Amino acid sequence: MDTSFFFPEANSTFAGSVDNLFYFIFWLSTFFFVLIVALMIYFVIKYRRVEGVEPDKSPSHNTPLEVFWSILPGFLVLGIFGWGFAGFVDMRSPPLETYEINVTAKTWNWTFTYPEGAVSPDLHIPVGKPVKLVMRSQDVIHSLYVPAFRTKQDVVPGRYSGLWFEAKETGTFDLFCAEYCGQQHSDMIAQVVVHPTSEEDAKKGEQTFDQWMEIASDPLEGGKIPLEEAGLKVINMFGCTQCHSLDGSKKVGPSFKGHFGKEVAIQGMGPVKMDEQYVRESILEPNAKVREGYEPRMPSFKGAMRDEWIDAVIAYIKSIQD
Amino acid sequence: MATAVMPAHSPSEKDESNYLTCNTGIMSWLVTLDHKRIGMMYLVGVMSAMFLGGALALLLRAEHWTPGPTFPGLITHDRYNQLFTLHGAIMTFLFIIPSIPAALGNFILPVMLGAKDVAFPRMNLASFYLWVFGLVFFIAALLGSGLDTGWTFYTPYSTNTSSTSVVAATMGAFILGFSSIFTGLNFIVTIHTMRPPGMTWFRMPLFLWALYATAIIQVLATPVLGITLLLLIAERMFGLGIFDPALGGDPVLYQHFFWFYSHPAVYIMILPAMGIISELISTFSRKPIFGYRFIAFSSMAIALLGFLVWGHHMFASGQSEMIAIVFSVLTFSVSIPSAIKVFNWLATMYKGSIVLATPMCYALSFIFLFTIGGLTGLFLGALATDIHLHDTYFVVAHFHYVMMGGTLIAFIGGLFYWWPKMTGKMYNEFWGQVSSLIVFVAFNLTFFPQFVMGSRGMPRRYYNYLDKYQTFHVLSTIGAFLLGFGLALAAGVLIYSLFKGRKAPANPWGAATLEWQCSSPPPLANFEKTPSVGNPYNMQAVVYDPDTESFINREDVPLDENAEQGKNHA
Repeated sequence: MDTSFFFPEANSTFAGSVDNLFYFIFWLSTFFFVLIVALMIYFVIKYRRVEGVEPDKSPSHNTPLEVFWSILPGFLVLGIFGWGFAGFVDMRSPPLETYEINVTAKTWNWTFTYPEGAVSPDLHIPVGKPVKLVMRSQDVIHSLYVPAFRTKQDVVPGRYSGLWFEAKETGTFDLFCAEYCGQQHSDMIAQVVVHPTSEEDAKKGEQTFDQWMEIASDPLEGGKIPLEEAGLKVINMFGCTQCHSLDGSKKVGPSFKGHFGKEVAIQGMGPVKMDEQYVRESILEPNAKVREGYEPRMPSFKGAMRDEWIDAVIAYIKSIQD
Repeated sequence: MATAVMPAHSPSEKDESNYLTCNTGIMSWLVTLDHKRIGMMYLVGVMSAMFLGGALALLLRAEHWTPGPTFPGLITHDRYNQLFTLHGAIMTFLFIIPSIPAALGNFILPVMLGAKDVAFPRMNLASFYLWVFGLVFFIAALLGSGLDTGWTFYTPYSTNTSSTSVVAATMGAFILGFSSIFTGLNFIVTIHTMRPPGMTWFRMPLFLWALYATAIIQVLATPVLGITLLLLIAERMFGLGIFDPALGGDPVLYQHFFWFYSHPAVYIMILPAMGIISELISTFSRKPIFGYRFIAFSSMAIALLGFLVWGHHMFASGQSEMIAIVFSVLTFSVSIPSAIKVFNWLATMYKGSIVLATPMCYALSFIFLFTIGGLTGLFLGALATDIHLHDTYFVVAHFHYVMMGGTLIAFIGGLFYWWPKMTGKMYNEFWGQVSSLIVFVAFNLTFFPQFVMGSRGMPRRYYNYLDKYQTFHVLSTIGAFLLGFGLALAAGVLIYSLFKGRKAPANPWGAATLEWQCSSPPPLANFEKTPSVGNPYNMQAVVYDPDTESFINREDVPLDENAEQGKNHA
């Protein structure tokens, strides 16, 4: 995927046309800007003041010229409007057949709920299929923004808002909250994971959308696999390892390894024993007890992580202690 | 600042020669009805507000040196949110909106008009004290529990946030609105009723046209903001459901109300700046302004069209697609009058006699920066690109190019231009020019990188940000501190002149507008006898006199000759 000076990769069906319009306006503006500044500099040099010499008489107005430069920009901006209008209509008209995902925004995280019943804190979508988000907010106004898709839409409490796109290639992309929503607005960041739809197209390490969905809807596989193995799946599904390592090293958050069953230092509280209850609380109310030496940056997974999944995560954490 | 120029007369001794010395003592300032003294008090006030807002901006930029917390414990999430809220609110309501009209306009408008004062001097003083009351409420918000809603006070966040300062700050903005309305009303009546004989509408200097257009917006748009803020307070205090969906209200309605004022307010900020530039370009090119009528009418066109475009702040808000399309096309219409002005300024320089005095350096800087600000507006007016750029740093960069690169730069240019008239002192030309160069370079270094990170997806109002945007943030922060230095240098040049500057002549620049016909600083009543009114851009009626290092009126060409613009329309 191409990136350019002004843009990240373009990965939706309409992203290319947004970029084209942007660069059209950019070069048109550059032309006029250079013209204006060049004339300005030229006049400053050419007509610099010579003391005691008055300038030659020159006209103080020229109606045809002024009418010309009033009308010309009019046509140019109408052209830009038309192009922007056409692109906008594409962005706001989803095809009839779409894959619908429900989105709940709340301070300060996202929850994505799929028709198959899976729930995730990051957005997972199949490549090459139109996806429609049906979004609502539980508290204040948020805005779902995916720069790689060149689209965003405010999520307003008290009403549903919609957004659609079709990803052209697989990969992982940023998803931001773009409307200021209070304290941790800047941490309301998630990922869009675009999955291949068939195993032949999957690159190394990529899950197909169906594989992901199977695990996401039932990471415990109906109890057929050991609980700690299911726990690791849940951990991967929610992207916990972005902040928590499995090998004892320190990342944004503390590691899963090496602390369970021991006393850990909590900000403003002193030592607390890390037990089952502690892990559960940290998943549901992450800021209730914040470890010494870390920022309170973790979002709550209340409503997204089911009780039996939490049990599995606890089982996994126990299994990797020495 | 203003008191410093008062010479050391004993209190009983009065020097009637100018407005600064005709009365002495602190009360002679606090209860003055003289538009010039009120203008000077406003100037000290808005400059203090700018200093405060600027200091907050530097703290914000410093925090962005690293992607995570740069000063952990010192600037936290909450502190950062309070900083950008107060930076925006102070700069908008306390500095930019009153800057040119209330400080420079108050001083210059009556003198330029050949009048003794504004139409309602008491209302003028009341306007200043309302500004002071508004300031008190904002300081209360600053020292109170911390306002963190953003300067836009968007609902339902602003009606639900735990910060109790929301009411104090909105009351402050409400009161400042009245201050602004008083100034606007005063200017409209003054221009309508107090023009001297011979000064027809089309013999008015363009700065007055700009202030007139501004005043119309102030009077028509500001009440809407006042009512909106009262509704917000009512909802917060009495649980009246207007904007909060939990109470049956509509949060997007608030945005409509808010931008119905705040978009025209953008033109309250930029129109007077354009008026100043028209004066500066023509004076320092020693040529009449090119296309006077097109510039005058474009000011009025901007004032009227500015009321029809507020919805372009809400393309991603969930308003209907049809409304968004209508607002987009209307938005483009408002770009045309601005383009006309830029072309006319350039044509004024053609075949002129251009000198790069400090005010002219700022004026050229304005044309450069405002053109970038205006052209980047095209990306935001076009629907398809705005959806991507909305609420990113691209927007932040765009409005800083217009508000700061436009209004602030013109304000400083105007201040350097009229400073000799206001204070009776000449400043050091070389250091003034150096300040303009530093400000120009630093400004671009601060804000240009913000365009790039914005179009690459960096959202605004982010305390933490992703590592990939760090280079741009670091450049911008370096630029901001350099910019702070450049502005401090400009202030230093002016303040130094109060103590060490040589005495200013009546007409140091060779302009033909009326304010240069009275002495510097002007006497209390501005003019001893009503001046003769002619073509405000007939520069050749004044000639440079090397002995006094100033321009003097020519005996053979009276000021009111060649008044071709007024001839057919008297």
